[in-house]
Amino acid sequence: MSNSLAFAIKSRSQRLTSAGMLALVTLVILFSSMRPGNAMDIKQVKSPGGIEAWLVESRQVPLLALRFAFTGGSSQDPADKSGVAHFLSGMLDEGAGDLDAAEFQERMEDIAMRMKFDDSRDTFYGTVQTLTKNRDAAMELLKLALTKPRFDEDAIDRVRRQLLASLAYEAKSPDRLAARKWFETAFKDHAYGTSPRGTEASLRQIGSAELEAFRKKNFAKSNLKIVAVGDITEAELGKLLDDVFGDLPEKAQLEEVAETKPARGGRLEVVEMDVPQSVAVFGMGGLKRKDPDFLAAFVLNHIIGGGGFSAILMEEVREKRGLAYSVYSYLNPMDHSAIYMGSVATKNDAIAESLDIIRSELMKIAEEGVTEENLKNAKSYLSGSYALRFDTNSKIASQLLGILVEDMGIEYVKDRNALIEALSVDDLKRAATRFLTPEDLIVVVVGKPKGLAPKG
Amino acid sequence: MRKTGVRRSPPIILTLLLALMITATENAPDARAADATSRANAFQLANGMQVIVIPDRRAPVVTHMVWYRVGAADEPKGASGIAHFLEHLMFKSTEKIAIGEFSKIVARMGGQDNAFTSQDATAYFQRIAKDRLANVMAMEADRMANLRLTEKEVLTERDVILEERRSRVDNSPGSILTEQMDAALYYSHPYGTPVIGWSHEISQLDQKDAIDFYKLFYAPNNAILVVAGDVTVDEVKRLAEETYGKVPANNGMKIKRERPLEPPHLVPRRLQLNDPRAGRASFHRFYHAPSYVTAKPGEAEALDLLMKILASGSTSRLYKKLVVEKKLASSAGGWFYGDGYDSGKLSVYAVANDGVGLEAVEAETDALIAEIAAGGVTEAELKRAKNSLTAQFIYGLDSQATMARRYGWAVVVGQSVADVDSWPDDINKVTAEQVKEAAAKQLDLRQSVTGYLIPQALPSAANRTDGATSPSKG
Repeated sequence: MSNSLAFAIKSRSQRLTSAGMLALVTLVILFSSMRPGNAMDIKQVKSPGGIEAWLVESRQVPLLALRFAFTGGSSQDPADKSGVAHFLSGMLDEGAGDLDAAEFQERMEDIAMRMKFDDSRDTFYGTVQTLTKNRDAAMELLKLALTKPRFDEDAIDRVRRQLLASLAYEAKSPDRLAARKWFETAFKDHAYGTSPRGTEASLRQIGSAELEAFRKKNFAKSNLKIVAVGDITEAELGKLLDDVFGDLPEKAQLEEVAETKPARGGRLEVVEMDVPQSVAVFGMGGLKRKDPDFLAAFVLNHIIGGGGFSAILMEEVREKRGLAYSVYSYLNPMDHSAIYMGSVATKNDAIAESLDIIRSELMKIAEEGVTEENLKNAKSYLSGSYALRFDTNSKIASQLLGILVEDMGIEYVKDRNALIEALSVDDLKRAATRFLTPEDLIVVVVGKPKGLAPKG
Repeated sequence: MRKTGVRRSPPIILTLLLALMITATENAPDARAADATSRANAFQLANGMQVIVIPDRRAPVVTHMVWYRVGAADEPKGASGIAHFLEHLMFKSTEKIAIGEFSKIVARMGGQDNAFTSQDATAYFQRIAKDRLANVMAMEADRMANLRLTEKEVLTERDVILEERRSRVDNSPGSILTEQMDAALYYSHPYGTPVIGWSHEISQLDQKDAIDFYKLFYAPNNAILVVAGDVTVDEVKRLAEETYGKVPANNGMKIKRERPLEPPHLVPRRLQLNDPRAGRASFHRFYHAPSYVTAKPGEAEALDLLMKILASGSTSRLYKKLVVEKKLASSAGGWFYGDGYDSGKLSVYAVANDGVGLEAVEAETDALIAEIAAGGVTEAELKRAKNSLTAQFIYGLDSQATMARRYGWAVVVGQSVADVDSWPDDINKVTAEQVKEAAAKQLDLRQSVTGYLIPQALPSAANRTDGATSPSKG
């Protein structure tokens, strides 16, 4: 039977967590590469109370998509209690104000409201979708969730059990375990090396005090970015912003996070697991979003492993040799570091061959760069497809929030394609020399690989 | 309403498409939504190809899909996986398109493309700027009739599919159990065979199998064109006549699907998979059920509402009892899959808390099921469930890709555009009594398969699950 069904069966919290993780990866990719083709009117709105947001009015469908972010994220977790931000993201709809968890969730369902919170290493995200007719009621619940979550003991215990079940699943899931180990290996003595999902021990130490402390320090106006898209006027949005976010403290109390880079010199870690197919996660340092060479690196990655069936890794590993169903790479620019990573999954006795091919293709590109034709094709895809990222209210909200969080400026949507079109083969080559150093590849393999010798 | 399928593209692309998988239904609370429900326009080309157009002018892009009325359940016995294999091979070449160029050409035009296969349908799609619609229609029409394959690329792609199977199934105990439960749920009907195919049968598929299947099922009179986005009906009609309209119908094609029907199910079946790779112990139950196209009027709608109330989400009876009140499970859920051509399926699951036996989870679940079958649901529950299901349809209006899938999925199994449009009204008409009847009739253990997933190995080696290499043990 199909994967979607099988996957959904496993466990609800598991599924949501995985989807959340994938969504974050996607966000990074999307944010770093956007630009729509048509004239989309983005308004900068400031509420009477001084809260700012971007608004795209779209009245054809009676819906509102509201997406917001507090910078901070799981790198703000206390050092000995990893997983607080993630725990919190699961607790905000588990009761708030006078409503206990069941009452809160029934109320959400009665008004057909969708509300979801996600955490990444640098950011805590919220998403709300509501029908126009239920907007006021939905915003009341959102405000309660952000400002008066109850953190009742039985709700905390329940969510903790879900998070522990998710960890138990992660420990046996080759791809998720490989990703977790990769970060541990790359960022040994830094918050980025700690899994946002915490550990069994840390989750057992987190209670209402830790959740409330995180909420108070991180949910503030100073680190808040908001985008609204849909059936709402500027004036209505201004009032909404004050109603929902007006009571938050002015200033977030964020801990300083040190700048860092992934470990260099190359590593190969093998985690033995009795599965027929080995999963490898590979990566090294990348470029940060505000780096002048970021877009060149982004286009370079598209050519190497980001561009689906047009990408070199897909051509060499899958199309020519049938070694994998899935092989890809992406840039993940974080607030305090930057990485370039990818993944491949191949049967145990051929995973070494897949990794050899990937390594040698990366070396070839590091030495020779890409061709004019590679670049031309990448540009025509990236600029031509930008509008596809803006064809629903929810997608527009995600795209714009990404630009806000990355602080690229409101003009970016308009300018982005021209910036990509202006890149030359030499720009890509220069970007490559700044991060594409295959000798620094950190590779984590989970499975029973043959012909791979751990080193380092 | 849950869709199932196997896709061509790897996960990183899939993530971009996950949002498109939402399926939904509709209420019409105000004029704008009502407009939107009637946006789908259906007509037919002279060669028998059905066309559905769903204009949405908000962004200058289109979603273009071609659905074939063929899926894994239409495969010849012993050739499991050929429908999905052919779907991959459709990206190879024609006289006009060089080997492996199809997706690259689409990408160079700024488009994204992919395809998926389910038990009942195979669909190909592109998302692209509206001024490129004519190009992708021409390419899709071309490969409907002119696919060209070489032995080498067929064999290489077969290896890709074996890797896909390892990723999706063989590396994942939960997927293995699901596959085995489906095999047990159907005595006779091909829904018991996985869409991706059994490893030992995939390994034997060749070029001839693919071409035979292609010639048997791929033709305009077995296909549905769906275009959603920044288009007009007239524009699509003209383009469709210029492209697909030129492909001759295959009048010798066996269009009627005649699959072996299920005999009466008289005995409950039970399976247990012991696999140390499973994270936690979990309980799973499938029930045989009718689907929207096989059910009596109102029956499938009642099942959607029943499963919403019983098992879907944190307000459901199952979640409240197992997770919140009794603390037996960390998560629990369930749904009705009603989109099958020949039948549907009910599904319930729960992941046990540490130290809790699956027997206790199962007993509590069965008590809830007995209660809902005997006592039915409350008016308040029914109202909330109706509200929730019908709201999903409105959320779907935000996405042209969702709209394209909504109509495509329905029409490919024999529903009409009107059936889709009237769904929210049909949901709202269901009474509490109908839900109770549906529960009593369908939640019958004799029509069920129960699966236990236990995260500890059995002491003997007879429990190995690496079916990729030894099907007899799979």
